[in-house]
Amino acid sequence: MKTLEELRKIREKAQNEMKMRNSESRVKVVVGMGTSGIALGARDVMKAILDEVSNRKLTDVLVTQTGEKGLSSMEPVVDVIEKGKPKITYGNVTPENARKIVVEHIVNGKVVSDLVVATKND
Amino acid sequence: MSLKRTDVLLCCGSGCVSAGALKLKEKLLQEIVKRGLSDEINIIETGCMGPCDYGPVMMVYPEGVFYKKVALTDVEELVEEHFMKGRPIKRLMVQESEEVYPTKKEIPFYQLQEKVALKNCGLINPEKIEEYIATGGYEALGKVLTEMKPADVIQIIKDSGLRGRGGAGFPTAMKWKFVYDQKNDEKYVICNGDEGDPGAFMDRSLLEGDPHKILEGMMIAAYAVGAKKGFFYIRAEYPLAIKRIKIAIEQSKKYGFLGEAIFDSDFAFDAEVRTGAGAFVCGEETALIASLEGKRGHPVLKPPYPAISGLWNKPTLVNNVETLANLSAIIINGADWFSKMGTETSKGTKVFALTGDLNNTGLVEVPMGITLKDLIYKVGGGISEGKKFKAVQLGGPSGGCLMDEHLSVQIDYESLQQKGAMMGSGGVIVMDDSNCMVNVAKFFLEFSVEESCGKCTPCRVGLREMYLILDRITKGEGKPEDLDKLEKLGKTVKELSLCGLGQSAPNPVLSTIRYFRKEYEEHIFNKRCEAKVCPDLVHFLIDKDKCLGCGLCAQKCPAKCIIGSREEKYEIVQTDCVKCSTCVEVCPVNVIEKLSGQFDASPKQEFKKYADLYE
Ligand SMILES: Cc1cc2nc3c(=O)[nH]c(=O)nc-3n(C[C@H](O)[C@H](O)[C@H](O)COP(=O)(O)O)c2cc1C
Repeated sequence: MKTLEELRKIREKAQNEMKMRNSESRVKVVVGMGTSGIALGARDVMKAILDEVSNRKLTDVLVTQTGEKGLSSMEPVVDVIEKGKPKITYGNVTPENARKIVVEHIVNGKVVSDLVVATKND
Repeated sequence: MSLKRTDVLLCCGSGCVSAGALKLKEKLLQEIVKRGLSDEINIIETGCMGPCDYGPVMMVYPEGVFYKKVALTDVEELVEEHFMKGRPIKRLMVQESEEVYPTKKEIPFYQLQEKVALKNCGLINPEKIEEYIATGGYEALGKVLTEMKPADVIQIIKDSGLRGRGGAGFPTAMKWKFVYDQKNDEKYVICNGDEGDPGAFMDRSLLEGDPHKILEGMMIAAYAVGAKKGFFYIRAEYPLAIKRIKIAIEQSKKYGFLGEAIFDSDFAFDAEVRTGAGAFVCGEETALIASLEGKRGHPVLKPPYPAISGLWNKPTLVNNVETLANLSAIIINGADWFSKMGTETSKGTKVFALTGDLNNTGLVEVPMGITLKDLIYKVGGGISEGKKFKAVQLGGPSGGCLMDEHLSVQIDYESLQQKGAMMGSGGVIVMDDSNCMVNVAKFFLEFSVEESCGKCTPCRVGLREMYLILDRITKGEGKPEDLDKLEKLGKTVKELSLCGLGQSAPNPVLSTIRYFRKEYEEHIFNKRCEAKVCPDLVHFLIDKDKCLGCGLCAQKCPAKCIIGSREEKYEIVQTDCVKCSTCVEVCPVNVIEKLSGQFDASPKQEFKKYADLYE
């Protein structure tokens, strides 16, 4: 260890590995994992999102899951929550759509409007 | 980067491990594999999270849900419902009087706590240096080595007001300055991890839960005083602490925090672990040094202080584990930040091991100056089983017992000392009204009698003499002059002993005589133990009018001293009773009572009963 800069680089990388333990992420992606969600493929949607986020090294994105959301006709359901912006809910998400949401919405900042089923201000 | 989306932090502090945390981990891993979630979920062993009564405990991130008393049978549901479907399980959350507390920050136990030394404990994997670095670890060392002179480091610690956490509360910077001022190429730093007080587990938890923090603290201290070599003296009964520090040293070497030219400075440092055999007196710094040198762990007269002539007669800094744990935070956040916490003379926070008759026992860290009442009732959750508070022992076997009138006392070095107790290293034993104070004093004194190294007469002989008197008192053989004798002996032992062991060992006796004199007098003059603890000062009676005559008590009595029949009903032959309480426990109608005081039937009556029996 020679310099503080060197230490800080290691720290950044390490923090990234531990980001789950602090709530300071830019974007939170919440996948609905109710029984019907899972039956309609929510697990594969979750895996696709995790994979895409990981491949693109999106360090400020937190992927998590939630229970039934009362939108069973539109499962699998995915919420994208950004600080200071309305919560966007996508419905009938497929693994392919999920990847598209990550790329267009989370990376490029453009909501994938044809998949949106609800928008809500916090 | 990984696909992980959930971190499960599993407390593997000693309390949770004995409650089954390791088996729980195994089962969790199995269940996660079974459901194909291994890529997504991390199971991480952490150090002590604090609330030992709730063990095994765990926290699940990113939500931060806190679960308590998780059983093996809960694992399937936990994985299925929470990890899989995102539905946290309410019944495993902390609940108090209808209120549910889903995450740590809402739980009352944590409300008044302020974590400095324990900051990372329970939040990181102690066996991964990267996690420590992620929390800002080794930044303080880097700052010190690249931007500060040793004298600057001593100054900032001086301004912070930090005092030693090992018991005596000596100002840390002052001790550092003594070592710093010594002109010598060879100096040493020792981390005192002996922790011999019964019921204490602060230092152990720090060493186990955040070993790199202690190592970094040691290096900062070493740089300040000009030492190149450090020793961790840890008792052999703490194998996990030893293992974790060893791992920390290895990892630190790999990253180049230990070695030559650290942070490109001319500071070089190496550290190693030495294990102690578990004698209480080896926590005393001169005895510790003797033990480190491979000699018998006997204390020697000070001066010269270790700072002048310590390990192998070289200037040596001895600091407690928790003292070292505070250093990096002071360097990073500044002296002002630290000195804003606490009281005029006692700055910062203190880690306590709360034990005894409390609802929430465990490991806590609170700002200095908190009142005993807040510590016991708010953090500790009050006395368990709805009983009444009677006394609190602070400072372990060297400390003293305080009573209800002291509940408003602020916890700082001076206030406690003034009342006859002491901060000590942070053991807090809370007692409800089922405790006999004479017996409590006897218990602590017995510990000191056993741990006295025997080098000086007052401690070796005086403490034993005191013990024998206490023993007599608890057996109903106390004499009117005993209290004066105890006080006189206690003062003599304190004054004439060479080291801190003898100088403080009479404290539990002296403080209980001071605050619970009546209870001693009851034992001595009336042969009564109000708390019904001392076997020779209680007796048992069967209420013959209500006795069913079932004979269960007679059957179970190990001394076979209960006699009677279904018609005659049963009674106890007092002279043969061993006071085991078995009869009270087995009586189906609860008509056997334990009473304070000795049985006072005149011998004649007793005799008549036997005579009747013979007929
Ligand atoms: C009988 C006895 C036992 C002690 N045990 C410990 C101990 O277990 N841990 C500790 O840090 N200090 C213990 N001390 C205090 C040490 O002698 C020494 O003061 C302390 O380690 C200094 O560190 P500090 O200034 O950081 O508190 C003990 C003292 C006595 C008299």
